[in-house]
Amino acid sequence: MSAVLPSPAMAASIAPRRGMLLGIRGWTGVTIALIVVAVLVPIANLLVPAGSVFHLSEYAVQLVAKIMCYAICALAMDLIWGYTGILSLGHGVFFALGGYAMGMYLMRQIGSDGQYRLPMPDFMVFLNWKEFPWHWGLSDSFVAQMAMVVLAPGLLAFVFGFFAFRSRIKGVYFSIITQAMTYAMMLLFFRNETGFGGNNGFTDFKRILGVPLQTPTMRMLLFVITGCTLIAFFLMARAIVDSKFGRVLQAIRDAESRVMFTGYDPLRYKLAIWTLSAVMCGIAGALYVPQVGIINPSEMTPAASIEIAIWTAVGGRATLIGPIVGAFFVNGAKSWFTQAFPEIWLYALGAMFIAVTLFLPQGIVGLVRGPDGVVARLRRAVRKEEGSAS
Amino acid sequence: MTPDLMRAGAVARRAAEERQIAATAGRSGGRETSYSRVARPGELDTAHGAILYLDDITVSFDGFKALNALTLSISAGEMRCIIGPNGAGKTTMMDVITGKTRPDTGHAFFGSTIDLLRLRENEIASIGVGRKFQKPTVFEHLSVFENLELALKADRGVRASLFFRLSGEQLDRIGATLVLIHLKEHAQRAAGALSHGQKQWLEIGMLLIQDPRLLLLDEPVAGMTDEETERTAELFLSLEGSHSLVVVEHDMKFIHALTHGNPAKKVTVLHEGSVLAEGSLADVQSNEKVVEVYLGR
Repeated sequence: MSAVLPSPAMAASIAPRRGMLLGIRGWTGVTIALIVVAVLVPIANLLVPAGSVFHLSEYAVQLVAKIMCYAICALAMDLIWGYTGILSLGHGVFFALGGYAMGMYLMRQIGSDGQYRLPMPDFMVFLNWKEFPWHWGLSDSFVAQMAMVVLAPGLLAFVFGFFAFRSRIKGVYFSIITQAMTYAMMLLFFRNETGFGGNNGFTDFKRILGVPLQTPTMRMLLFVITGCTLIAFFLMARAIVDSKFGRVLQAIRDAESRVMFTGYDPLRYKLAIWTLSAVMCGIAGALYVPQVGIINPSEMTPAASIEIAIWTAVGGRATLIGPIVGAFFVNGAKSWFTQAFPEIWLYALGAMFIAVTLFLPQGIVGLVRGPDGVVARLRRAVRKEEGSAS
Repeated sequence: MTPDLMRAGAVARRAAEERQIAATAGRSGGRETSYSRVARPGELDTAHGAILYLDDITVSFDGFKALNALTLSISAGEMRCIIGPNGAGKTTMMDVITGKTRPDTGHAFFGSTIDLLRLRENEIASIGVGRKFQKPTVFEHLSVFENLELALKADRGVRASLFFRLSGEQLDRIGATLVLIHLKEHAQRAAGALSHGQKQWLEIGMLLIQDPRLLLLDEPVAGMTDEETERTAELFLSLEGSHSLVVVEHDMKFIHALTHGNPAKKVTVLHEGSVLAEGSLADVQSNEKVVEVYLGR
């Protein structure tokens, strides 16, 4: 009779181990990243004197902060592309919307310190506007604009995604309409009448919450916030991917019809991850704008969105660390190239993308991890040597 | 009493119980069938004996009639084999039942109250219609265990999935299914790494763990070895009674195995989108029209 009852030993052998979120090495890595971002970088930048080898320049801090914002976008792209199999070529628009929501608040914070010494943003004075357009109604409130950082990209993504997914638009067709969406938004934001500063966008920010922006301490604070946000999003993405929700997403990527005939509604799942991904980009944009000091419609060019996909592909799709590595690698290369050989950067980027697609389908991370990765090969080589020695 | 005798007794008792369940399932009788029974919208009602009723269904693609006024009824607990030459409309029929294709005319009912034509694919799956595709479709990048876990009967909502925790009972259920489909040793392997026959079995396991009332199986033994085919036939026979099965198959040996020893089991022959013949396998095989269609006289 005992054969009828499943033994606890059997249950333990078939069930995968879950619950730790990350392994011990993973948690160590996260802790180290936190210490570096929140302790070491501030010390190296603010306390270590400028002549020292350990001093970190303003420029380096700003560059890393910018790349960390990009890394959040790449992570968001990975959730929707790497795990759900939906390639978006319009994520730049969500990034820009978050940036514009933050920018509107920062514009109001300038107060009467603009070129014209008037309480309205310079571009409005220039256009001879006497009062704020309706959508600037709440721009004076930090809380309201922070809500807009989440709501504007979230709502656009929700509405766009609902109609696209309900019509079962898939694959390359979906990618093309996301390109069209970002292009249309760009044209809209380029116009002066829409009230977003036209092709100049917003710039010349002075303060946030009444505190001057251009001080080393403020810059460092924004850096730390960005770094912590990136780490928090990484952990959140890990939790999502490890949940049953995340496995349904991967199932949608592999065989959507089977997901449907198993009783899941792919529309809801796609819409949820698509909207979340857009919101992540919006938050990245909001962190980006005060640090870089400008937001304009060039963030919505189709090419800007394609770049996000390239970071993800270069780093490694469907691994969470991959997109972060990719964002740092590509943007690091970009900042070096644009100084050393500015005219060939775009060719180099194209060549890099082609090389990754052809030779590294798993990206840089796949080069290290995985069955064909460096680590696995080294292990195999060592084992072989041990085998021949004994 | 010796332990052997006790064990033998237990086995015999269990077999008797199973026979009892098989005999009563799907039959009319009891309060559920009386005139005063309570109608529960959205719930399967098989009091009239039929679990699936297709009436006058026509589907045309650019003028070609894939289904031509097809009328078919499957009783609760029945196993129905459907055969027919290529292009007879077998897969289109499954598409209509599962909501993938909308017919131009006709009605499709699940039980006597649920109109299948008003539901979407995932809703049809959740009310208890399971479908196996012709080509085995599993989630290649997930492990065998995770494939079964996703198919396991549970709340299909986004929030429920996000906070889903596997209970001990559900784990046992997955374990039992793994044993049933002979994949226990492969539980942690990626489904994409399985052989063709194993993928077929995994897909069947995913169907069973959903607890469907009606199983639609499109060529379930294609690409299986003889031994695997035999085991599949045994498995389906054990499901008969508690589940209703519609098996579309080309392999006559497999159909033989499924209908073996029971002339009451019906086989339906589809041809050009409608039913050509229906009856026991022997009747159907000796039917003039069927022979003509198959041999092309």
